[in-house]
Amino acid sequence: MKIHLTSVFVDDQAKAEHFYTEVLGFVKKHDVPVGETDRWLTVVSAEEPGGTELLLEPAGHPAVKPYRDALVKDGIPLVQFAVDDVHAEYERLRALGVHFTQEPLEMGPITMAVLDDTCGNLVQIATEPKP
Amino acid sequence: MADDLFKALADSTRRTILDELTERSGQTLFEICARLSMKHGLGLSRQAVSQHLAVLESAGLVRTRREGRYKYHDLDTAPLRQITQRWPVPTTSSRTGPTPEESSS
Repeated sequence: MKIHLTSVFVDDQAKAEHFYTEVLGFVKKHDVPVGETDRWLTVVSAEEPGGTELLLEPAGHPAVKPYRDALVKDGIPLVQFAVDDVHAEYERLRALGVHFTQEPLEMGPITMAVLDDTCGNLVQIATEPKP
Repeated sequence: MADDLFKALADSTRRTILDELTERSGQTLFEICARLSMKHGLGLSRQAVSQHLAVLESAGLVRTRREGRYKYHDLDTAPLRQITQRWPVPTTSSRTGPTPEESSS
């Protein structure tokens, strides 16, 4: 078994498409209309086009808002992305106007930071632990 | 107020939280938990950390602020002044102990 797809709920799929591709740098993989307004919208890493897909899923269900609001209030990220250099990525994204709720934090071999994806979620970026 | 202050400082986890907030004020609960767990090996639940923060907040040592959808915790060391006013410390560090004249200034 392997992880083929995982998802984050997003307030607005068009906005999410912009943020996850133009700002974070992912590549759109699938974009299929579902129903009236929703889309099956997935992105993958530019470095790993065959890797795990991230579904940007409409956040319409009433359970989503209280759940995400409580997590965001406490600064808890819903998803973690690996980057080579957290500090460099922090500077790059800050220059693009991205808001961080946690600046880069060195934790032994790991560096991590937390940003707002503008679609209702917090995202952690981290260096991959070196073996 | 003073009792709250000493109660808050009496716990080593709470002192560690203050140490970490000294390093960087304005932390989310998530960051505080990460620091306690990864730097200090304290495997506390988020609820437990929240309760420690509430004790620190009631003693005035931690202030919380809501900024949009996020909540941050800031360090406020002002209440510690009560301790040095009650038991004054010498103004120079070269002496091992203060004389009464020095400490009264």
